[in-house]
Amino acid sequence: MAKQKGYAVYLIPGVLASLLVIIVPLVMTVYISFTKWTGVGDPRWVGFDNYTRLFGDTLFWQSFSNIILLIIAMAVIPTLLGLVLAAVLFDYVAKKFGDRWAGFFRSGYYLPQVIPVAVTGIIWAWILHPSYGALNRILEAVGLGGLAKNWLGDPDYALYSVMAVMIWFQLGYPIVMFMSGLQRIDPSIYEAADLDGATWWQRFRKITVYMIRPEFYVVLITTTIAALKIFGQVFVLTGGGPSNATLVPSYFAYKNFFEKAQVGYGSAISTVLTVLIVVLAFVFLRLQHRAEEQS
Amino acid sequence: MTVTATKAPARTPSGDAPKALRHRNPARFFVLTGLLVLFLLLVGPLLVVAVNAVKSPAEYAGSGPLSIPTSLYWDGIVDFWNRVNFGQKLWNSFITSLVVAVLGVVLSILNAYALGIGRVKGRVWFLVFFLVANLLPQEVLVYPLYYISKEAGLYDNLIAIIIIFTVIQSAFGTYLLTSVYSEFPRELLEAASIDGAGKWRTLWRVVVPVSMPTLGVLFTFFFIWTWNEFFLPLVFLISNDNQTVPVALGVLQGDRMMDATTTSASALIGILPAMLFFLIFQRTLTRGIAAGAIK
Repeated sequence: MAKQKGYAVYLIPGVLASLLVIIVPLVMTVYISFTKWTGVGDPRWVGFDNYTRLFGDTLFWQSFSNIILLIIAMAVIPTLLGLVLAAVLFDYVAKKFGDRWAGFFRSGYYLPQVIPVAVTGIIWAWILHPSYGALNRILEAVGLGGLAKNWLGDPDYALYSVMAVMIWFQLGYPIVMFMSGLQRIDPSIYEAADLDGATWWQRFRKITVYMIRPEFYVVLITTTIAALKIFGQVFVLTGGGPSNATLVPSYFAYKNFFEKAQVGYGSAISTVLTVLIVVLAFVFLRLQHRAEEQS
Repeated sequence: MTVTATKAPARTPSGDAPKALRHRNPARFFVLTGLLVLFLLLVGPLLVVAVNAVKSPAEYAGSGPLSIPTSLYWDGIVDFWNRVNFGQKLWNSFITSLVVAVLGVVLSILNAYALGIGRVKGRVWFLVFFLVANLLPQEVLVYPLYYISKEAGLYDNLIAIIIIFTVIQSAFGTYLLTSVYSEFPRELLEAASIDGAGKWRTLWRVVVPVSMPTLGVLFTFFFIWTWNEFFLPLVFLISNDNQTVPVALGVLQGDRMMDATTTSASALIGILPAMLFFLIFQRTLTRGIAAGAIK
C-alpha cells in the first residue's frame, strides 16, 4: 500500500459540509438540552433540569410506550411476515407459476413504499374518516355498520389504526430485500432438500431463514430505527392525538420546539432519542458481526 | 456483496415435471388466493383513491366509495390543482430533488474515493461517522439548523433544504460507495497511473465511468428520498411559493376543510409523480434496495 498519499484532500468538501450540517447542530442541541431557552435571547444553563423533568413527564413515557407498539407494527410484523411471503414468492410462486407472477406480487406489495409519507397519511386519514371516510361507508354497505368507528379520533383505537397503516406501508420493504437475498441461494440446495424428502416448512427453516440472515439483521435494524424516527404519518394522520394517544418522541420534540417554544426541553427529548438510536444501531451491528463470524 | 455484483440474478429453472405433479393439490389454490387477497389489501386503497378522485361529490354521497364512477369528473382535481398552485409545488420538489441527487452523488464520490480507494488514515472512524450521521434523527439537528439558516438569511429558501439533504444523503452514499470502491480493481488504477493520469483524472475518467451502475442507484435513491421528505421541509419551507409537494399536501390535510372527493383528488396528485418514478426506476430500485442493505 504505497500510493496512499494525496487522497485526504478529497475528503475536505465532505468533512466541511458534515461539520456545518451534522456536527455543529448536534453539539448545539446537546448543549441547548442543558439550558432553558425559548429560541430568542440567551439560553440559561440549568444543568440536568430538563432531563429530570423529562423522566418524570408522563407524556414522555407515553410517547415511548407508543413507539414500542409502532416498532411491533413497523419492524417486527413486517419482518416476520415479509420473511414468509418472500419465501413463498421465491420458492413456490416463482417455480409453480413463473418469475413473472412473483415479480408482479413483489411490485404490488412494494407500491405503498414509494408514496410520500405525507400522502400515505392523507390517503388513510380519508379512508378512516368517521363521517365521509371509505372504510365506514364500506362497512355499512356490507351490513357491518355496527363496526364503524371513529378510527383515528377515538383514543381507544387511534394507535391501533396507525399501527395497521404502518404495517400496510412497511410490508413491501422486507419482501423486496429478502427476495433479492434469496437469489444468492444455489437452486441445487433446494433440489437436494427435495430429494431428501424435506417438507416446505423444513426447507423454509433450514435453508431460507439460514441463508438470508444478513438481510434479516439489516431489515430489522433499519425498520426499527425508522419506527423510532416516525413523524410524517403521525403528523398527518392524528397530530399525536386524540389526547396524546398517538404521541411519538419526534412529534413530542417538534411540539416543544415550534409550538411551545421550549427549545431546551425539546433538545433534551431529541438527545435522548438520538442516544437510543445510536446505541441500538451498535447493538445490531455487533449482533450482525457475530453472526457473520460464526458462519 | 456489491451493487454491481447483484446484477445477475440466478434464474431458477421452473419446476421439473415429477415435482410439479407431486405438488398438484389444493395448496396451490390457497396460496394464490391468499397472495391475491393480500395484494388487494395493499393496492386496494390506492385504487379506491384513484376511483374517487374522478367522482363528483354528489355521486360519492349517493353511491359510496366503491362504485365505479358513471362519468369522469375532473373538476375536483383541477380545482385542487389551482387552489394550491400545484404546478409550483411540483417544480419545487423536482428541482430540490434533482439538485440534491446530483450534488449528493458527487459528494459521495469524493468521500468514497478518499476512503475506499485512497484508504486514508482513520477510514474506519470516518465510516462510522457517516453511518451515524445517516442514522441520526432529524429532530436532533433541526433547531440549530433552523437557527443557523435564519442567521444566514436562508430560512424559507430551497437552498437551505438542498444543502442539508445533500449532506444527509451523501452520508449514506459515502457508506455504500466506500465498500464498492474498496473492491475496485487495482489493475485499472495502476494502468491509469502508468498512462500518466493523476488522481483527479483517474477519478473522473476511470473510477466514475466504471462505477456508473452504482452511481445510478444512488442517484435514484437520493432523488426519491428527497422527494418524499417531510419533516425538515415542513419546518423550513413555510411560504406557499416554496413548499414541496408533501408539505403542501400535509399542511392542507391539517386544515380538515376538505370533502371526500377533494381529499382523494389531492391524494391522487400526490401519488402520481411517485408512481411515475417507480415505473421509471423500478429495476434500479429493486436492485439497489438490496445492494444498500448488504453493505
